[in-house]
Amino acid sequence: MAHQVNVFLADRPGRLERLTGALADKGINIRAITIAGSEGYGVAKLLVDRPEDAHSVLHEEGFSAHLKEVLAVLMEDRPGGLHAVCAALGEKGINIEDAYGFVVKDRETAVLVMEVEKIPEAEDVLRGAGFHILEDHELYGL
Amino acid sequence: MRGEKGEFWDPEVELLSAEEIRGLQLRRLKETLRRCARSPFYRRWFREAGFDPESLNSLGGLRALPPMDKDTLRSVEPWEFLTVPREEIVRMHSSSGTTGRATVIFHTWKDIQAWTELGARCLYMTGVRRSDVFQNMMGYGLFTGGLGFHYAAERLGAMVIPSGSGNSRRQIYLMREFGTTVVHVIPSYALYLLDVFSDMGLDPRKDTRLRIALIGAEPHTEDLRRRLEEAYGLRAFNSYGLSEMSGPGVAFECPFQDGMHVWEDAFIMEVLDPDTLEPVPDGEEGELVFTTLHREGMPLLRYRTRDLACAYPGRCRCGRWHRRISRIKGRSDDMFIVKGVNVFPMQVEKVLLQSMGVGTNYQILLEMVGNREEMRVRVEVTDELWRGDVRELKSLQKRITAALRDEILVTPVVELVEPGSLPRSEGKAVRVVDMRKDLGGE
Repeated sequence: MAHQVNVFLADRPGRLERLTGALADKGINIRAITIAGSEGYGVAKLLVDRPEDAHSVLHEEGFSAHLKEVLAVLMEDRPGGLHAVCAALGEKGINIEDAYGFVVKDRETAVLVMEVEKIPEAEDVLRGAGFHILEDHELYGL
Repeated sequence: MRGEKGEFWDPEVELLSAEEIRGLQLRRLKETLRRCARSPFYRRWFREAGFDPESLNSLGGLRALPPMDKDTLRSVEPWEFLTVPREEIVRMHSSSGTTGRATVIFHTWKDIQAWTELGARCLYMTGVRRSDVFQNMMGYGLFTGGLGFHYAAERLGAMVIPSGSGNSRRQIYLMREFGTTVVHVIPSYALYLLDVFSDMGLDPRKDTRLRIALIGAEPHTEDLRRRLEEAYGLRAFNSYGLSEMSGPGVAFECPFQDGMHVWEDAFIMEVLDPDTLEPVPDGEEGELVFTTLHREGMPLLRYRTRDLACAYPGRCRCGRWHRRISRIKGRSDDMFIVKGVNVFPMQVEKVLLQSMGVGTNYQILLEMVGNREEMRVRVEVTDELWRGDVRELKSLQKRITAALRDEILVTPVVELVEPGSLPRSEGKAVRVVDMRKDLGGE
């Protein structure tokens, strides 16, 4: 099962810098990052090549962080690529709680990383619809 | 109703000499002690202290009894204090909060009358008269600030607008519509209300008939008083009281605004070193300790207020000998006051523990945002408090805010901060950072 690292961040200058610095020092590569802000704080979601290492490094640095299971699915990098994934899930009533995407190879492949409530069910649905779910090593090795 | 001519509501008592006050105090103290011997609590209290109430022959003899405090009140069923049958009790007041046993004060009808009479004396001293319109902007209910002076102002014959606390625009509407001349208000709220006047395009100096403000229930600086007087175009008088001594009306400023007169016919005041419990010399800061002299339902003997102030002996320019106290300079415990409400850090700590299930480091920050008081509770987010979802944090924030509001009756701003970002607390005091300069902070 693929994981990302969710980190609590105070909304203050220099916090993200400390976080990225800690990962850089350990040679951890960040594939994607999103930050959801709220009043006075935010949650950074990091897709990295070594999630467990990142998780423990961040703890050592004093951050509150959790490994969170995610579903990473390969899409075609063309108009309608994302829509196909969403339609497959929507049809079965599966709600996407949070998601972000990134391009792997321009105009060819992209990845959608999702937090969904019932991951096994979503996997079945997507596989059934012909999508490729990335295994851990595939995702981290991108 | 009494005449409108004199300067004094109750000249016979107000103008007693220091000597006469001491004589009256001793007589009333003896009566109080006889009364206490009927209370299960006091019988035990006297026995444990080896104190014989009948043998007391001087005011100093009272010092043979140990002082009591909030913990003493909490340590027994409040009914055990009663010196009268339960059916004689007509009202109770209680401290806020739900953690630990509430501290309760029971009043007989006579107690309410005596308290009302003291309140009327305070109001009259500052110049309030029958023709005045008295807007009581204090919380009604278990809090003593509202009801205490409500009845006092009625007794005096003023018209009372029982507006209670909050609802600022309505307060201003009432002032204008009914020609309010006197307000009873906590100073921080009076300050905040200036912004509301300004938002409404009004100037309280021109657009109201206010002439007197009675300000109390929280510490504040002389500078803030003068600013309020200037901005509203009125005279503001300091008030002191606490629910254990019935409520407001324990001490009040006279027109000379040079310290608050403690009504020594109703209370024996001691000023003690909070550590040694020995009296401090006149003019030096110490903890105020009071004994009630005409409360019949539930007298309190040598009650430690935890309020720190100085006492000044001698006759005041107003003619009264009743000793004066300075403004309250601090506390001998860690209680703080926000928006007129007493709060103990322990209440906050218990709420945090209950609403999160785990303990975490926290800090209470008291600050002024413009003219508005704000209580900010900073809570460190540890791994146990969430599982990686931002929505969990939002709901945690909401839950803590609601639980704190229920417990302390003030709505705080709950701020989530990173683990390790708050100073580790070595003593209780470190938990509270007070940056409200005008309200005695910093």
